[in-house]
Amino acid sequence: MALIETKSLTYSYPGATKPSISDVSIKVEKGEFVLITGPSGCGKTTLCRTFNGLIPQFYQGELKGEITVAGLDAAKHPTYEMARHVGLVFQNPENQLFALSVEKDVAFGLENLGYPRDEMRKRVDWALNLTGISDLRDRSPHEMSGGQQQRVAIAAVLAMQPEIIVLDEPTSFLDPLSAQKIFDVIHELNKNLGLTVILVEHRLDLTAKYANHIIIMDQGKVRFDGETRRILSNEETRLIGVGIPKATLLYEMLNKDGANLGTVTPLSSDELAKMLLEVMKH
Amino acid sequence: MLTVENIHYAYASGVEALKGVSLTVKDGEFVAVMGQNGAGKTTLVKHFNGLLKPSSGRVLIDDVETTKTSVAALAKTVGFVFQNPDHQLFSETVEEEIAFALKNFGYEPAVIEDRITWAVNLLGLTQYRKTSPFMLSGGERKRVALASVLSWDPKVLVLDEPTIGQDHQQKENLRQFIMQLQTQGKTIVVVTHDVEFVAECNPRVVLMREGKIIADGEGKNILTDPQMLEQSSIVLPQVAQVFTYLNLPGLPKNVIDLYEAKRLLLKMLETSQ
Repeated sequence: MALIETKSLTYSYPGATKPSISDVSIKVEKGEFVLITGPSGCGKTTLCRTFNGLIPQFYQGELKGEITVAGLDAAKHPTYEMARHVGLVFQNPENQLFALSVEKDVAFGLENLGYPRDEMRKRVDWALNLTGISDLRDRSPHEMSGGQQQRVAIAAVLAMQPEIIVLDEPTSFLDPLSAQKIFDVIHELNKNLGLTVILVEHRLDLTAKYANHIIIMDQGKVRFDGETRRILSNEETRLIGVGIPKATLLYEMLNKDGANLGTVTPLSSDELAKMLLEVMKH
Repeated sequence: MLTVENIHYAYASGVEALKGVSLTVKDGEFVAVMGQNGAGKTTLVKHFNGLLKPSSGRVLIDDVETTKTSVAALAKTVGFVFQNPDHQLFSETVEEEIAFALKNFGYEPAVIEDRITWAVNLLGLTQYRKTSPFMLSGGERKRVALASVLSWDPKVLVLDEPTIGQDHQQKENLRQFIMQLQTQGKTIVVVTHDVEFVAECNPRVVLMREGKIIADGEGKNILTDPQMLEQSSIVLPQVAQVFTYLNLPGLPKNVIDLYEAKRLLLKMLETSQ
């Protein structure tokens, strides 16, 4: 059985005249790295909020269809229980941080679940280290930059070691190199520990190469769903304004003008450069 | 013209955010200020409209020192759009938001009405004139903040991280919009991390690190220097990454434009066969 499965999921916020997501049926298998993208307001964030039950348990409104996460009915199962399975990192870290120090914020979820002190300390150290903020552990999250706060929010979720981590534009405030390092860490956890990752991002230049599965939404509906290379080589994705990686576009432009670079669509500059070198050898 | 002469700036906490910065921006120039978090980018541009005054050194807008004029007078020349629109918006409707500064500047009601109509039309907000800014999406609120600043027609426009949270289409709209303002002779300063956006716009790039400017020049030269960028925690634009990876004799490395890249690579493939 899929780790996450939705069937005809439709949801309207309270008082809204039309649904934010409509008729969404997707499957996410254990160990996948899924990228969800699409224009602003397409329903990406709303969909993510259903994965741990925030919708409909916190937001109310009207939810139709089915959602199963780790074998549980996410719409009904208590959200604090869902939090063991699904860690959610929000777009705006200010909404997530509230403790007086970084360390306490990262430990908060573990304390709530009653972990022994030693285990807590180990996990907090591990998460701070992975996100590169060990030296900030005693600082107040509220005195930090947006980018630093985003790292704290990610560390807090990683410390819980959930099966699934859902990240909603988690690095928008970080500089590109720091963002790339965070994505690399998440990719490592995905590969080595089998962590299932769901990442919401506009910047496919930075992220497409990590994802084996991409879901493109538009106006509340899933428009494309499948293997990343296959979907991004489909020219129809251009019509709904998805930011295709430059390396992918360059590959297409070259092939159109007669360069014979083969049929495997590259998702990163390394992949494209290797293809070019390969062609030149012959 | 905007002139910054060896300015230093320290926050009340004692943190020295600017450590001797000098810069000249000519009328009609388009400049991107880049650098890692905490490099001093926002602190620098807040000096352009007098929001901050240097601890030492001078900032001159059209030969007038910012310490010798009021923030209100400066704001008329230098419009500032914040990173987070919520730090800027407070009125009950979009049109009241835009009218607020215009009233403060003492414009006649008829002029105010004209300017509002012009600004909402320019930014595609006409249908939201009577809507509360807080009912709008983040991207739309950013456009309201931009509309209200543009409405008084400042000569210089400073945009702090305008692409954060914007999708691909919105970024493309923003790029075209900046190009349009440029043709009207506006000076535009953008603070940004968005290296792909900068590669597409190709402005002059000012690179900062730890309170200093470490590079200043053409985008295609600065954004293709891996060592320099690494110091500033910036990643090469993807097109430049391809050329750096290839590292072939006869192939330049300072390429950031897709079409130039295509031309060069096709030529290389032809000659290699």
